[in-house]
Amino acid sequence: MRGPLKLQPKMKSKSVPLQEGYNFAYLDEGTKRMIRRTLLKAIAIPGHQIPFGSREMPLPLGWGTGGIQITAALIGPDDILKVIDQGADDTTNAISIKKLFVKTTGVQITERTEKATLIQTRHRIPETPLKEGQVIIYQVPIPEPLRFLEPREPETRKMHALADYGLMYVKLYEDISTHGRIATAFMYPVLVHHRYIASPSPIPRFDNPKMDRMPALQLFGAGREKRIYAIPPYTTVKSLDFEDYPFEIEKWDQQCALCGSRESYLDEIIKDDQGGRLFVCSDTDYCQQRREKGKNASPSEVVAMKAVRRKKGDETT
Amino acid sequence: MYVSAKGGEKAISKAHEFLAEVRRGDLSIPELTVEQIRQQLSLAVDRVMAEGSLYDPELAALAIKQSSGDLIEAIFLLRAYRTTLTRFGVTLPIDTTRMTLLRRISSAYKDIPGGQILGPTYDYTHRLLDFSLLIPSEKGEDQKVLKCEFSTQGEPFARVLEFLHQEGLVESGHSGESETVQDLTLQPLQIPATRDLRLQNLARGDEGFLLSLAYSTQRGFGYNHPFIGEIRVGEVSVEFVPPELGFPIEIGKITVTECEMINQFKGSSTHPPCFTRGYGLTFGHCERKAIAISLLDRALRTREFGEAQEGPAQDEEFVLMHSDNIQASGFVEHLKLPHYVDFQAELTLLRNLRKEYRDPKGEGEQP
Amino acid sequence: MIFSKEPLLKVMGMTKYFGDRVGCRDISFELWPGEVLGIVGESGSGKTTLLNTLSYHLEPTRGIILYWSEQQGLVDLGQLSESQIRYLMRTEWGMVRQNPREGLRMRVSAGANIGERLMALGVRHYGRIRKEVQKWLERVEIDTDRANDLPETFSGGMLQRLQIARNLVTQPRLVLMDEPTGGLDVSVQARLLDLLRALVAEFNLSLIVVTHDLAVVRLLTHRLLVMRHGEIVESGLTDQLLDDPHHPYTQLLVSSVIQV
Repeated sequence: MRGPLKLQPKMKSKSVPLQEGYNFAYLDEGTKRMIRRTLLKAIAIPGHQIPFGSREMPLPLGWGTGGIQITAALIGPDDILKVIDQGADDTTNAISIKKLFVKTTGVQITERTEKATLIQTRHRIPETPLKEGQVIIYQVPIPEPLRFLEPREPETRKMHALADYGLMYVKLYEDISTHGRIATAFMYPVLVHHRYIASPSPIPRFDNPKMDRMPALQLFGAGREKRIYAIPPYTTVKSLDFEDYPFEIEKWDQQCALCGSRESYLDEIIKDDQGGRLFVCSDTDYCQQRREKGKNASPSEVVAMKAVRRKKGDETT
Repeated sequence: MYVSAKGGEKAISKAHEFLAEVRRGDLSIPELTVEQIRQQLSLAVDRVMAEGSLYDPELAALAIKQSSGDLIEAIFLLRAYRTTLTRFGVTLPIDTTRMTLLRRISSAYKDIPGGQILGPTYDYTHRLLDFSLLIPSEKGEDQKVLKCEFSTQGEPFARVLEFLHQEGLVESGHSGESETVQDLTLQPLQIPATRDLRLQNLARGDEGFLLSLAYSTQRGFGYNHPFIGEIRVGEVSVEFVPPELGFPIEIGKITVTECEMINQFKGSSTHPPCFTRGYGLTFGHCERKAIAISLLDRALRTREFGEAQEGPAQDEEFVLMHSDNIQASGFVEHLKLPHYVDFQAELTLLRNLRKEYRDPKGEGEQP
Repeated sequence: MIFSKEPLLKVMGMTKYFGDRVGCRDISFELWPGEVLGIVGESGSGKTTLLNTLSYHLEPTRGIILYWSEQQGLVDLGQLSESQIRYLMRTEWGMVRQNPREGLRMRVSAGANIGERLMALGVRHYGRIRKEVQKWLERVEIDTDRANDLPETFSGGMLQRLQIARNLVTQPRLVLMDEPTGGLDVSVQARLLDLLRALVAEFNLSLIVVTHDLAVVRLLTHRLLVMRHGEIVESGLTDQLLDDPHHPYTQLLVSSVIQV
């Protein structure tokens, strides 16, 4: 994406041995070109799903291969990559994807959202606002927002082509009739650039407003379903709703037990057998930076941190 | 700067070490060689090659070893390797009438020109555990060599369905054929699919899934009245025309299984009635799968023949979109990945809904 | 009935082949606002094909269908894009199927079934949709507290009334009905027929009704087309045609219809 294609990457760090026998970023150049062409088409028609010849990757389909293929097609030796899963840089699948790119490209990896040129994500948009020039790549399991309402691909294709979206609102109507509100907590459908209804991928609806007029380029890859779509920078993205039941995001009464944030999306941690709970930021980088800037941890926070580490960090084999 | 070692990273690398240990098992037992797997688990190797869509018995055997015998995992390994291979050209279509036969049967005719060849088959074995296999036989003891390959000596073995076709009793084998053959591994599958893509999809499809769907057609969910015209298993040569030579050269031999099914007849005011066909071809010796493919190929021609769609096996989108076990296992097993964020979103929503249920506050209409 | 200068629909030489088989051939007729046209004929005579071709669910092999649209003036259906046809079908036209399960979404509530056309047209206010749902449930004599129930829990007659409400919510001008009383008990049929008569009068609806049912023919239709082997063999005012059928086939049909 940035600058001419370099087949021979310069090694960024002598301590990272590149995997032998594979091209830079695993995919062959022909496949990368095919994906980049698909991406251009996707950017030209915001929110419209473009079929592409998704390849088998060394990670299972359904584990982020759509995102990985986009990242592989875009990444150059000078890129700085951040990979998150559930908002965290150190979850197992994020680590596994990072390792693949470290092994096949040797590029620089970061956890800092603002430093990354490419951010591959599963299920979250970072709390730190993204800037112009950054690219966020979403891993998408089911790219078709109408799929659970209409299982047939030829029919959903037609519905998109004709902007025949009554059925989508039927779902929202049913929610309100049954629950008194729109009961979609994640993968909350959006209307892109007043035309195509798209799936934001399974991010919580808390993140939906971040998509609207985002300065960064948003790319979506569904490997198993073989679809790519995109939202160019500064594009209008509206979460579907009714005038009298407007879209709203989750709110917590709690604050992050580690950094004290009241603005971020919180994960719930069960800390003991009595069902005692505490809440921490799902975005680990955001939380870390806030803690670094802030004061030293208070005794109660130390207790919290220990509980979190037990829960999150020390996963055993 | 790279990722600082955290719980996740450590856990992954330890898990991999543990896996290697479990795979090797008891160190006092000799390690399996890839060649042993290739020779002695040849049907597993064939399945992995067929569904991995890469003809390489050695790599397939390696994949089986590496995956502790989990065949879907082995297929995945082979597929992921296959993606990275450069394509330098397309071979000529293989000619199965010039096959060196290992096995050839027809259930439509008692006798066929060239003869029925039973070959190595489990079909008529009694499924009694052979306890003598518990103890490996001494080397060389069982080395009676059965010559069970039938060569055409240059003369092709005509297909059984060709005899019917000469009389006009079965439709041409070229029905639904397209001018150019597309490549499913390079292009996304679009529904409705052409027959070339359908047959490719089925050839790569999961044996169990295809088997069960084919079975469903026999139990009334889209019955198509089948007879096996012919199954043949054997080696065919693969020929390629290098541009610099301009004529075909043999670049190797592969074993394939081909099944041609004769199905219920069709006719109209413009065409006299004749039998219809279903076709299945796989890499290696995979008869069960070749039969299933040929049943499904016919079932999926429902639209072409204007038949009523009565069973899932006749539903192209249902069959083709769910046949691939690498796609299926990837997505089913991805449920093991963390879903904290989505679960948290659902949890928050559910708590709010329950709160409102108990205390409606008159806000919003209660249905 | 309100009389107008222009017909609502003009069909000229409409023909549908399935391969070399005739679905319907050389169908021509006019339909006027507020008029109820019955189509009768034995099974396989092309009645349902005619309906499906008319609504462009099937594309005619030949022929022209002109429609005087409220919003767009005179349109030739053959010249419209699929998107325009779909728009027309959910605004000015309606289609009531013999089997209500084909015309309804069985997996969503009765209310959602009624509201769908409104939402497809861009109504984005839940409260307003809900009001329309209530109004139409009442109008087709379904208890309004059934709004959140799935159609699966409804009786056959209720399903058919729900299907009618789902179609009428956008106040279409033309509704096509395929055997609307088929498969219903006699008493349920009578109630449905009363409802249809009232709705036709109230909304100045034009109906094209395919039917076997003499009661529908007598009580609802103004004019009749008799079909055989995909062609119209006789047409005329219902009363005249029933009293004095000319074509031998119509005579046979009327006598058999009367026996029912």
